[in-house]
Amino acid sequence: MTTPAKKSRGRATPAAPPARPATWDVDALIDNEATRIIVCCGSGGVGKTTTAAALGLRAAERGRRVCVMTIDPARRLAQSMGLTELDNEPRPVSGVQGDGELSAMMLDMKRTFDEMVEGHADADRAEQILSNPFYQALSSSFAGTQEYMAMEKLGRLRATADSEGTWDLIIVDTPPSRSALDFLDAPARMGSFLDGRFIRLLTAPARSAGKGLGRIVSTGFGMFTSVLTKVIGGQVLKDLQAFVGAFEALFGGFRERAEATYSLLQEEGTSFVVVAVPERDALREASYFVERLKADQMPLAGLVLNRVQATGAPMLSEEQALAGAERLEEAEEGELTSALLHLHAQRMATLSRQHHLADRFSGAHPGVAVAEVPAFAGDVHDLEGLRQVGRFLAGELSR
Amino acid sequence: MARDDIRLHVVSGKGGTGKTTVAAALALALATGGRRTLLVEVEGRQGIAQLFDVPPLPYSERKVAVAPGGGDVYALAIDAEEAMLDYLDMFYSLRRAGSALRRMGAIEFATTIAPGLRDVLLTGKFCEAVKRQEGGEFVYDAVVVDAPPTGRVTRFLNVNREVADIAKVGPIRNQADSVMRVINSPHTAVHLVTLLEEMPVQETIDGVEALHDNGLPSGQIIVNMLRTPLLDDDELAAASDDTLDRDAITADLKAAGVIGRRGATTAALVEALLDEARDHAERVELERQERDRLDPLGLPIVSLPLVDGGIDLTALYDLATQLREQGLR
Ligand SMILES: Nc1ncnc2c1ncn2[C@@H]1O[C@H](COP(=O)(O)OP(=O)(O)OP(=O)(O)O)[C@@H](O)[C@H]1O
Ligand SMILES: Nc1ncnc2c1ncn2[C@@H]1O[C@H](COP(=O)(O)OP(=O)(O)OP(=O)(O)O)[C@@H](O)[C@H]1O
Ligand SMILES: [Mg+2]
Ligand SMILES: [Mg+2]
Repeated sequence: MTTPAKKSRGRATPAAPPARPATWDVDALIDNEATRIIVCCGSGGVGKTTTAAALGLRAAERGRRVCVMTIDPARRLAQSMGLTELDNEPRPVSGVQGDGELSAMMLDMKRTFDEMVEGHADADRAEQILSNPFYQALSSSFAGTQEYMAMEKLGRLRATADSEGTWDLIIVDTPPSRSALDFLDAPARMGSFLDGRFIRLLTAPARSAGKGLGRIVSTGFGMFTSVLTKVIGGQVLKDLQAFVGAFEALFGGFRERAEATYSLLQEEGTSFVVVAVPERDALREASYFVERLKADQMPLAGLVLNRVQATGAPMLSEEQALAGAERLEEAEEGELTSALLHLHAQRMATLSRQHHLADRFSGAHPGVAVAEVPAFAGDVHDLEGLRQVGRFLAGELSR
Repeated sequence: MARDDIRLHVVSGKGGTGKTTVAAALALALATGGRRTLLVEVEGRQGIAQLFDVPPLPYSERKVAVAPGGGDVYALAIDAEEAMLDYLDMFYSLRRAGSALRRMGAIEFATTIAPGLRDVLLTGKFCEAVKRQEGGEFVYDAVVVDAPPTGRVTRFLNVNREVADIAKVGPIRNQADSVMRVINSPHTAVHLVTLLEEMPVQETIDGVEALHDNGLPSGQIIVNMLRTPLLDDDELAAASDDTLDRDAITADLKAAGVIGRRGATTAALVEALLDEARDHAERVELERQERDRLDPLGLPIVSLPLVDGGIDLTALYDLATQLREQGLR
């Protein structure tokens, strides 16, 4: 990775400056002892993992004892953080400067689910669940499992931090997903599905019917089981019943478990960071997320606007550059210079499109503090790269 | 390398790399010259309707575009619940009961809870379209599927293995077998869309391996959103070594009337342009490295340019033409 050309923001048009978003004091957030959990959310591919790791490194190098939980990090980034052991436990990262500490881990969702079962059941019971075919499908491929397990693991890390004093700040990355809201909603959705009335009917028809669901439902239910049995065979239903029965006995239901971890997100000391790239879809997702946090009264620390185009020559507009290139082309000279001018014109075009989108976001969410990280030529794959991202986040560079 | 006789094209790739866009362009390309194609989506997002700027697609095949030279592109948004109702009707004569169950939410429940059921229903539907004939002729010359991303596509297509757990006999089992016959036929190809960046390329490499391990047919790699380098190789090398001729550039900029009167500003501008050139050179170099990682896969590679300002219908037709020119048919 190299640093971008220049740190200047290079506004393309001198039009009336829109209200600038509040500058975000990232260091104040990570230095604050009261900040115990930071959750990095955003839509797919915007830089959640990079941001989580960069914040973690910066916090550690400023003296905190930090644990970063990453999810599917890019391979080279994982290697640079020493994330080669896939044991679902945080390991110290070497190469961290200063007095703080940094541990990092990669989430293994199946393992987390298995551990959750093993941690609550005696060996026989656990074995019974782990070998259940329905459990195996649920723990490896169900929609929402990754989000559920990310929260589950966060809960466990937090418990370890509290009981053993291992870390004073936990930073979590969230699973790749189209929608930033999935992290908040998927566990509850999955929980209510698994605790829903069909499962209840299947696992304890008598009890549910007796609880007033009524005769109509029980008639429908008869039809339901018979159709289901016809289509998928009785075995799936048996596995499902066995699994849900065993699981409820251990955890009192999925929803309850999901709610318990969700409440951790609402605790004081938890802050959200929403990450976006300056593109329409990503910023729309970020908007939804910001509104949702507000509605749920969960604290948003700020928006990371990642991969922002930078230029060292904001004074030369797209039009000027293209006009210059055209003159050289007409005169049939300066081919290289003409190419450089085209390159610059492209940059300016991207940059003004991005600023337009960013300004629109800030117009709609004037209270949201923004930190910009430029688009680097290469990707971010080592500690130095993360440090550089951290400097931009904190506004040491770029402003 | 491209084969004319592929009838089912499954388009996958990392999230956001352009699966929907490429699938649509491919359906257009394959319909060119008076043929008929079906473009299918399976994730209920109405991405096709948005792309072609038509109202949300129903659960039936609709014409969405006319290809150059008079071919037709039809589109279908497959819905697992609807497919389940068809299925109950067809095999158990349970149309009415099915609708009642759906109102109760039971159909949604069933397609969510039974591992593999949803995928069999979805793949079954488009495999039927691949095989469908009228008057001894195939109804569609090709079917293009906007498939789930790389991480899920193997499981999605490998319905046999998934269904093994839920159905040993019966119509679901038969359906799975007939899906596998289509998917494993020499007329099916799974294409992977990627960008020349580390993560999508890695996902492509892993994806090809997973397809191979599961005996699924890999087709071509589509490198999307490619930027054409504006500098030639020597210039790129000089840009990264910082040996481009500053004086010559300064003179050119003066000749072009780009630079101002003040020397300091001029120097700053030249440095900024050189920095941008160096960035560009680094980007191009990284893209080449990523491209080199794709070559050993031994699959044909086609590329599509980054379209400035995003994808509209015109751009889509343009991408279709480019696919044809590169032989992805
Ligand atoms: N500012 C930047 N400049 C250049 N490359 C970047 C920047 N930020 C992130 N990247 C690169 O973009 C890729 C995606 O970043 P990252 O993995 O952090 O995204 P993510 O939001 O976690 O993605 P996913 O949704 O797939 O989990 C990585 O290769 C990373 O190195
Ligand atoms: N060649 C291209 N040039 C410019 N923009 C492109 C190109 N291909 C795709 N895009 C844009 O990139 C974005 C993602 O494309 P698309 O929706 O096709 O990806 P996808 O892989 O289907 O995404 P998802 O995983 O969300 O389904 C869209 O905004 C699309 O318009
Ligand atoms: Mg990530
Ligand atoms: Mg898509």
